[in-house]
Amino acid sequence: MADNSSSNAYWSANLRIIKISLVIWALVSFGFGILLRPLLSGISVGGTDLGFWFAQQGSILVFLALIFFYAWRMNKLDAEHGVEE
Amino acid sequence: MDQFTLNWIFIGASFALYIGIAIWARAGSTSEFYAAGRGIHPVTNGMATAADWMSAASFISMAGLIAFTGYDNSSFLMGWTGGYVLLALLLAPYLRKFGKYTVSEFIGDRFYSPTARMVAVICLIVASTTYVIGQMTGVGVAFGRFLEVDKTTGLFIGAAVVFAYAVFGGMKGVTYTQVAQYCVLIIAYTIPAIFISLQLTGNPIPGLGLFGDHVASGEPLLAKLDMLVEELGFNSYTGHHADTLNMVLFTLSLMIGTAGLPHVIMRFFTVPKVADARWSAGWTLVFIALLYLTAPAVGAMARLNLITTVYPDGTASAPIDYEARPDWMATWETTGLLKFEDKNGDGKIQWYNDKSDSFAETAAERGWEGSELNVNRDILVLANPEIAQLPGWVIALVAAGGLAAALSTAAGLLLAISSAVSHDLIKGAINPGISEKGELLSARIAMAVAICVATYLGLNPPGFAAQTVALAFGLAAASIFPALMMGIFTKVNNKGAVAGMLTGLIVTLVYIFMHKGWLFIPGTNQFTDADPLLGTIKSTSFGAIGALLNFAVAFAVSKSSDPIPAEIEELVESVRVPKGAGAAQDH
Repeated sequence: MADNSSSNAYWSANLRIIKISLVIWALVSFGFGILLRPLLSGISVGGTDLGFWFAQQGSILVFLALIFFYAWRMNKLDAEHGVEE
Repeated sequence: MDQFTLNWIFIGASFALYIGIAIWARAGSTSEFYAAGRGIHPVTNGMATAADWMSAASFISMAGLIAFTGYDNSSFLMGWTGGYVLLALLLAPYLRKFGKYTVSEFIGDRFYSPTARMVAVICLIVASTTYVIGQMTGVGVAFGRFLEVDKTTGLFIGAAVVFAYAVFGGMKGVTYTQVAQYCVLIIAYTIPAIFISLQLTGNPIPGLGLFGDHVASGEPLLAKLDMLVEELGFNSYTGHHADTLNMVLFTLSLMIGTAGLPHVIMRFFTVPKVADARWSAGWTLVFIALLYLTAPAVGAMARLNLITTVYPDGTASAPIDYEARPDWMATWETTGLLKFEDKNGDGKIQWYNDKSDSFAETAAERGWEGSELNVNRDILVLANPEIAQLPGWVIALVAAGGLAAALSTAAGLLLAISSAVSHDLIKGAINPGISEKGELLSARIAMAVAICVATYLGLNPPGFAAQTVALAFGLAAASIFPALMMGIFTKVNNKGAVAGMLTGLIVTLVYIFMHKGWLFIPGTNQFTDADPLLGTIKSTSFGAIGALLNFAVAFAVSKSSDPIPAEIEELVESVRVPKGAGAAQDH
């Protein structure tokens, strides 16, 4: 097992990545999809506005990108800190 | 060949396929049955998890709910996919590292308390039973239609089939059966959507067609749809009409509920490595997204087709005669899920928003005396290929897909409930000395009781399939998710976790019962979701608040009692790093 200081650095790096990812997660769904939709109403997409697109398509695509980014980034982080299996 | 026969050929063939694969896979190795998924590639595991997870709510019900309200029901789309982000980032890798098989085992060990484990089991049973009620609603609709009987008879037949399916049981655990179910389900969902998208927009990808131009009118599809629905006095399709606070809370409830449902989380316990748990969540969402990116297009296009069916000469002209209605309307009438009542006695089908004050004048001018068509939201996806006049085999394919979705999830949940009762509750707490035979018997009894309860409540369901399922997500959100998250990310102690889970579960359950009827018995509710107890917060959205209360109570109780013992502290530290997961599994 990695020594304590290294695993603490690993854990705080992980928490940082999680925080950034969750900010994006909330931004595209609760933000662009619901609360910030009025701000995006000027940008039209196929007969409606960008907020509608985010609510019904865009958020799902971003969720996918986030999960794959996290998996890739964390697998790299595991190797950097020598805690991979 | 008539449609009825064709439906049964497709349904029969798909069932033969699942059973065939189950027999083939079981003959291959018995250990596969128990190790469900270990050593299986993340892509395959993702596909199987997607089949396990997408139920009647996703397949049969969701697009219909979107079709009839438009943008306001986007919560289902964001909620049921966004939860996978939480699952992938906050739970899956750590639970895999922990290396046990069930959610309640994790909670019991992490909070070093058999009480915590029992409370988790109870939360699991309550959420899963509610989930099964929603599935039964969907099963009733599907069987009612394909046997051409009324929905109550359909529900009883469906319940018998689900029970047999769940008792046969083992096939649920075989990953390759679920892969086959996923394939049937996704083909059945996307093929009609592709046909309809081509008809209406010329674009074969429904998600793109939704934002494309309507071929017949040359206008953007959604602009055309907005215009048509507004001409009939309905709210615009793309507009935001729902209460914003409620919409945010509802979306959040579905998200954290997804990450708190035991039958989904369990899939990530058994992948070979922590890294695979991370990838698996991504692949699962890929396969779920194929349906979820298509669903909003299915909804919008079905609404458009339904309007043009009823008003072939445009919404300003007279609707069609009842006698000239298409065959699909007549077949759905036998189920009781589509109703026509000629209120003004002119023999035509007026379908409009009779609750709109601004439209009342126009309606009066035209001699309309109320909307005459009542379409149950849950029939839309199943009726969709018929509305679009697609070939008979497409209609039959959708029948097979809808049943695959409803049966696989319902059977899976019944198995989860029965093992929770027999293994965790009876063997784990009430009677540890129970024989293997006794355990098996109690599992069967639990399953039979669960299905009777679900069928009884399914006769008068608390909502459309997806709405009932949303209640189950609210319960999981309020009880299980916070406990798991605090178990990994904080040092909350046993007392905190138990108090938090109980608070979340009880408060949410009471709020739901106050709005949907106590124990979901119709007529026993004090409030309605149209006028909820707390401001604009509907019972389906309360899970998010229940979860917040769970966190708050857990932290408060934990602060005022003893800190966690050193060995639990070590356990938390070890769960946080992937290294050594193989060893953890061998315990």
